[in-house]
Amino acid sequence: MSRPRFPAILTGLVLVFFHAPLVVLILNSFNASRFGGSWEGFTWKWYDLLWKNAPIWKAFLISLKIAAAATLTSVVLGTVAALALHWYRGALQRTHGWLVGLPLLAPDVLMGISLLAIFASTGVPLGFGSIWIAHTTFCLSYVTMVMLARLQDFDFSLMEAAADLGANRWQAFRRVLLPLLWPGILGGALLAFSLSIDDFVITFFVSGAGSTTLPILVSSMMKTSRNLPVINALSTLLIAGTFLIAALSYRLSRPPQS
Amino acid sequence: MNASPAPSPRRAKWPEWWLTLPSLLWLAAFFAVPFVLILVLSFKTADVRGGLGPGWSFDAVRNLAEAPYPELAWRTCKVSVLATIYCLLLALPVAWHLAKATPRVGQLLLLLIVVPFFTNFLIRVFAWKSLLHPEGPLSAGLKNWHLIGEDTQLLNNSGSVMLVMVYTNLPFAIFPLYAAAQKFDFSLLEAARDLGASPTRAFFKIFLPGIRQGLLSAAFMVFVCTMGQYVVPQVIGGTGDEMLGAKIAQRALNDRNLPQACALAAALMLAGLLPWLIAKIWHLSHRPRVSIDPVADSPSPPNVYPA
Repeated sequence: MSRPRFPAILTGLVLVFFHAPLVVLILNSFNASRFGGSWEGFTWKWYDLLWKNAPIWKAFLISLKIAAAATLTSVVLGTVAALALHWYRGALQRTHGWLVGLPLLAPDVLMGISLLAIFASTGVPLGFGSIWIAHTTFCLSYVTMVMLARLQDFDFSLMEAAADLGANRWQAFRRVLLPLLWPGILGGALLAFSLSIDDFVITFFVSGAGSTTLPILVSSMMKTSRNLPVINALSTLLIAGTFLIAALSYRLSRPPQS
Repeated sequence: MNASPAPSPRRAKWPEWWLTLPSLLWLAAFFAVPFVLILVLSFKTADVRGGLGPGWSFDAVRNLAEAPYPELAWRTCKVSVLATIYCLLLALPVAWHLAKATPRVGQLLLLLIVVPFFTNFLIRVFAWKSLLHPEGPLSAGLKNWHLIGEDTQLLNNSGSVMLVMVYTNLPFAIFPLYAAAQKFDFSLLEAARDLGASPTRAFFKIFLPGIRQGLLSAAFMVFVCTMGQYVVPQVIGGTGDEMLGAKIAQRALNDRNLPQACALAAALMLAGLLPWLIAKIWHLSHRPRVSIDPVADSPSPPNVYPA
């Protein structure tokens, strides 16, 4: 059977479609022209403006703090949840699995408004705490999925061997389970961290005064075209950062070669 | 190679409740209860200071039938259905190509698809905004080649919204289709061809039914994601491209009318459940003759994370 040429060509076009806007954006962050309609020479001007933009760095710091907190809680909760889902079967785990899986399907707008609804009706003030809760909630599901994938390749007879050799549950956990799960935990943590840093829609609903995260600030900066080149520069740095995190988490979450 | 997760008693295992409770309670409190709360708050009265009034009322739900909501809902559905169709049409050949490629090439191509997807959503939308900007590179280029008139606006219209919708959602369609196509036995197509089926017939009669589960989850993912879309119409679209998602945010945060926002969200939620129900009924009425994976029956979470 002759191989049809069409899928290959279309795949190439889709890849160009995916990458072209980002490549143009990166090039334009070095373009002296404000709107990037044409190349008007190489410049560091926009990076210089970015460097001197204090609100951006303040928002970045807030984003980092929230991401660190949400990563920590979601990794602990997600790892434990994955162990439960992997080890046990039954009605409880079916409900558990549904609860863990559904947030992945829920549109961000609905997650945002539902969290705002619960905070508004229980009187939780909007700010760092509410954002932390929101981020932990959506990161939890992703971390659990990564851990479950990791557990598939895990040989649990090692745990039994440890038990046979006299280790108690805690020792078996610390000495056997944790070291073996470590790459999965790190991969899940990196994913949670980047999801938290990136989130705009959910954060938008639950953020309050004094808790402006980087995406929230960027979205308000996008409204005035004066800021466009500075956002280009910021985006380029963030894309570079994302690349590093993606590469790292790809390495970590890949099952070991047998 | 891995230990079977059979429910045999094991000394090394931790009690089920210990392991289940933390995430179960957290998700119940911050996911399940809030979603039910959306339905409840739709029947509350609004407080002028942005909170909730003391009484109950049908106002917010009744308002849904009045302008501009029906028009918004219609536009949201239309855009979501179209975006889903475009994404599936583009993703099918890509998934086919990825599944037919050698594992090394397939992995590399998948990585190339994933990397832009990992970039901040806002940045990807922003990249399109500056690309389509009236003084941006695409406008300048097209004007130079006289492909568009001097006054043609690439930004702020329904076409640009659709373009960016497809851009941001296409990976959601590619991943499940690729996963399904990878499991598909391509020799079945050759068998069909040997038995005299045309390539088109083999494609429609053998390949598409073979990856049905992938098609369903791809369509579901894209549809739900576009239904709730809020950023793209806001940033890329014009005044006539507003969708329900943006209205929810506007009612909740600008107008401080939480019950109205909740009523809209409830409508959106029910609209999102509708295709799922249709798929479920369709699934039941088209019971496959061969036994299927029991897990496939329960809505397994989509594999959005590249394995």
